[in-house]
Amino acid sequence: MDKQEFIQIEHNSLLEKVYNFSQDGYRLVQIHCTLLDTGFELNYSFDKDNKFVNLRIIIDKDQEILSISNIYWSAFLYENEISNLFGVKIKNIVIDFNGALYQNSKKAPFAEPKPASEKKE
Amino acid sequence: MSSLSRSPWVLHYNATSCNGCDIEVLASLTPMYDVERFGILNTGNPKHADILLVTGSVNEKSAPVLKTLYDQMPEPKVVVALGICASSGGIFAECYNVNGGADKVIPVDVYVPGCAVRPEAIIDGVVQALGILEAKYKNRRRGAVSCAR
Amino acid sequence: MTKKNIIPFGPQHPVLPEPIHLDLVTEDEKVIEAVPSIGFIHRGLEKLVDIKDFQDFVHIAERVCGICSYMHGMSYCQTIEQIMNIQVPERGLWLRTIWSEFSRIHSHLLWLGLAADAMGFESLFMHTWRLREYILDIIEMTTGGRVIFGASKVGGTRMDINSETLSYIIKRLKEIEPEFKEATSVFINDYSIQHRLRGVGVLSKKEVYELGAVGPVAKASGLSSDARKYGYAMYSKIDFEPIVEEDGDCFARCSIRVKEIFQSIDIIRQCASQICDGEVSVNVKGFPTGELFTRVEQPRGEVIYYVRANGTKFLERFRVRTPTFANIPPMVKALQGCQIADVPNIVLTIDPCISCTER
Repeated sequence: MDKQEFIQIEHNSLLEKVYNFSQDGYRLVQIHCTLLDTGFELNYSFDKDNKFVNLRIIIDKDQEILSISNIYWSAFLYENEISNLFGVKIKNIVIDFNGALYQNSKKAPFAEPKPASEKKE
Repeated sequence: MSSLSRSPWVLHYNATSCNGCDIEVLASLTPMYDVERFGILNTGNPKHADILLVTGSVNEKSAPVLKTLYDQMPEPKVVVALGICASSGGIFAECYNVNGGADKVIPVDVYVPGCAVRPEAIIDGVVQALGILEAKYKNRRRGAVSCAR
Repeated sequence: MTKKNIIPFGPQHPVLPEPIHLDLVTEDEKVIEAVPSIGFIHRGLEKLVDIKDFQDFVHIAERVCGICSYMHGMSYCQTIEQIMNIQVPERGLWLRTIWSEFSRIHSHLLWLGLAADAMGFESLFMHTWRLREYILDIIEMTTGGRVIFGASKVGGTRMDINSETLSYIIKRLKEIEPEFKEATSVFINDYSIQHRLRGVGVLSKKEVYELGAVGPVAKASGLSSDARKYGYAMYSKIDFEPIVEEDGDCFARCSIRVKEIFQSIDIIRQCASQICDGEVSVNVKGFPTGELFTRVEQPRGEVIYYVRANGTKFLERFRVRTPTFANIPPMVKALQGCQIADVPNIVLTIDPCISCTER
């Protein structure tokens, strides 16, 4: 895969942009979340005829975002995963597991920063 | 040998295994290794089973399932932990959602090493389990006889 | 007036080698909704990048899944190599291609066996698993492992296949191919199998595209999606066309896998005739910086690897989107409206690999 496009957008224009992608016939490839120092970065990947495009939003830790599962139905699994592992609040997921898709043993394990001693090396 | 240890039925449960051990369990049931020649039969019903084969370490969600399966099995019963994950947690021991080996939840009689466990090792572990099953069976009968007196 | 019932399916179920739980909302014999719940084998291994350095992590990547273990290890190494601009020697890439195709054959034979078992065709199950051992013997001969090979490392492969072994493999493949043909023709021609699979769990081309299906599920509905066409490893020098079916039912998914077995044998032959001499790996110096997505075609479909590195020995974020994760929504859709007796077949024909999905 040669070209990977990253488009940084505001979180309130997410639904509109995602809707445009769905109208253009893009396929939802995956959604993932990354922990930043101050918040989370969500990455929505789309693909059409080998063109790989990523929409990116950066949100604060307790900010609520809207689900895209009403546009791409299959997004519900990814969004449940993110809300379980990162504790990101996502509203209006079509099948909502209420933040317990995988596990309950630890709340938002991926939202914990790395162990400090190992980060220095 | 009692008739029990000559035709034990096994139940297999995947606690959090990566699949590697599970497919080796199935491989040991199929023609190349064929544990069926020891009279062993794979069953999906815990109430028919004498030997429980556990693969993978235990997490919060799979622990109650494993405990239920174990409780549903009739006495005498033997548990075999297959592979390093079921024995101690193995490579995933440091994961936040892994509690450790199967012995955190149920008593384990035989530990079989390997990642993934080899079919030869599985057969060896199951044959050892047969000896334990036999001993448990005899003890129970002795206990039952002494109670009757 | 029909009454709605909820039937629990799994996590421990005779047809499931792995635990997944489905709540089947039924009306008489008809399933009207299926709600999946997963998490029985969630380990959280993505978080282990915090404590394992990026070269050791190959061992963990190989244990994302025990069936396509090699492909996971390889995809991870490929991602790191691309970030660090490491040029893997050509022979190493050829070997990766060969081992990938062997894992595909072993995975498909495994699936065919499980599918036969789910249909109650016990003897066919035993037969395909006996044939699978031939492939495992070759894998063991070349790598030393049966299911988890441990043959990948960042910068190439850990071992080489010498030329005598390679010619033996080709000879052996020629011997066993007729046996494969004989056993797999049962899946295509047998009346009872057709009866169980034809017209069951149909997904249209539009549906699979919108739901983001990958691999054999997408190909069975006429969507030609094959990440091998992006030309990673040595696939750019190999002549093959993704196998596509039109029907979109369980039978189409089954026949895709049967055909892919023979395609893979052909690809291995092409590799053996084109492979060059030389080193199989290079030394790795320094730490990765940057971020990258990689796509690799696994037996179950396209896998996405994402790595973000910050120039230290620990990666900042590691993410894997496995093919089964993408195929669960299509499965849920296919279950809607099916008969309760067909549920095991539909669940199996997406070839669920739950330990991949939950990681």
